Amino acid sequence: MRLEYFQMVDRIVTLDVSGRRIATACQVPERSPVFEGHFPGYPILPGVLMIEIMAQTGGWLVLATQRCAKMPFLMQVEKAKMRAFVAPGQALDANATLVHEGSGYAVAKAHIKVGGKTVAEAEIRYGVVSFPNETLKAAMVETARRIGLPEEFQNGA
Amino acid sequence: MASTYETVAGIISDTCDIEPGKITPESHAINDLGIDSLDFLDVAFAIDKAFGIKMPLEQWTQDVNAGTVTTDEYFVLKNLCANIDKLVAAKSV
Repeated sequence: MRLEYFQMVDRIVTLDVSGRRIATACQVPERSPVFEGHFPGYPILPGVLMIEIMAQTGGWLVLATQRCAKMPFLMQVEKAKMRAFVAPGQALDANATLVHEGSGYAVAKAHIKVGGKTVAEAEIRYGVVSFPNETLKAAMVETARRIGLPEEFQNGA
Repeated sequence: MASTYETVAGIISDTCDIEPGKITPESHAINDLGIDSLDFLDVAFAIDKAFGIKMPLEQWTQDVNAGTVTTDEYFVLKNLCANIDKLVAAKSV
């Protein structure tokens, strides 16, 4: 995880495209400027970044269903709950399930767990649109390879 | 059982916080009711779920952008409901 670059997902652990489910591994770094401000003397992962982890996890599932031909952009967060603090160095298990695939949008339910205990959950809604430019598409495909999105789901790119 | 219009009007009222009395079959969702794209996403999700359909919003947008139809075809509520009824009928075939 590189917080400063919003690279939240380290690795896709399981991907079940037909079942519309994904699980990812996200290792919180021991050190980051983020923790210097949030909070001095008591570093915890900001809740907005926990939402970002869930949004990216579900986003990779949407990308897989689209074979990287379209890009999911975060549009809405519903029923978000941050149930426990997350400290530097903790290993997070994130998962998401697609609950609806509309025309030009998608809805996922996502969770983050630490040691099997849920620390955050939310319903994430995405606008799913064509890539606005080739630079973004290329960067997403490069990231897809780095985190282990199977080649067959990069075909549309 | 509620009519398509009653269901859609209820969804719009609940989702967009619009008084039911301001919604009529002739209302244009955008021009008259002021529903923006983010709120329409909520409306679309609720309609898709309520009727078990997938409104082809991307195709409708293309149709409007291509000039083959006006937004009235899809966003005036009576027309929207007629399109929903077609999608429901197509689903049951």
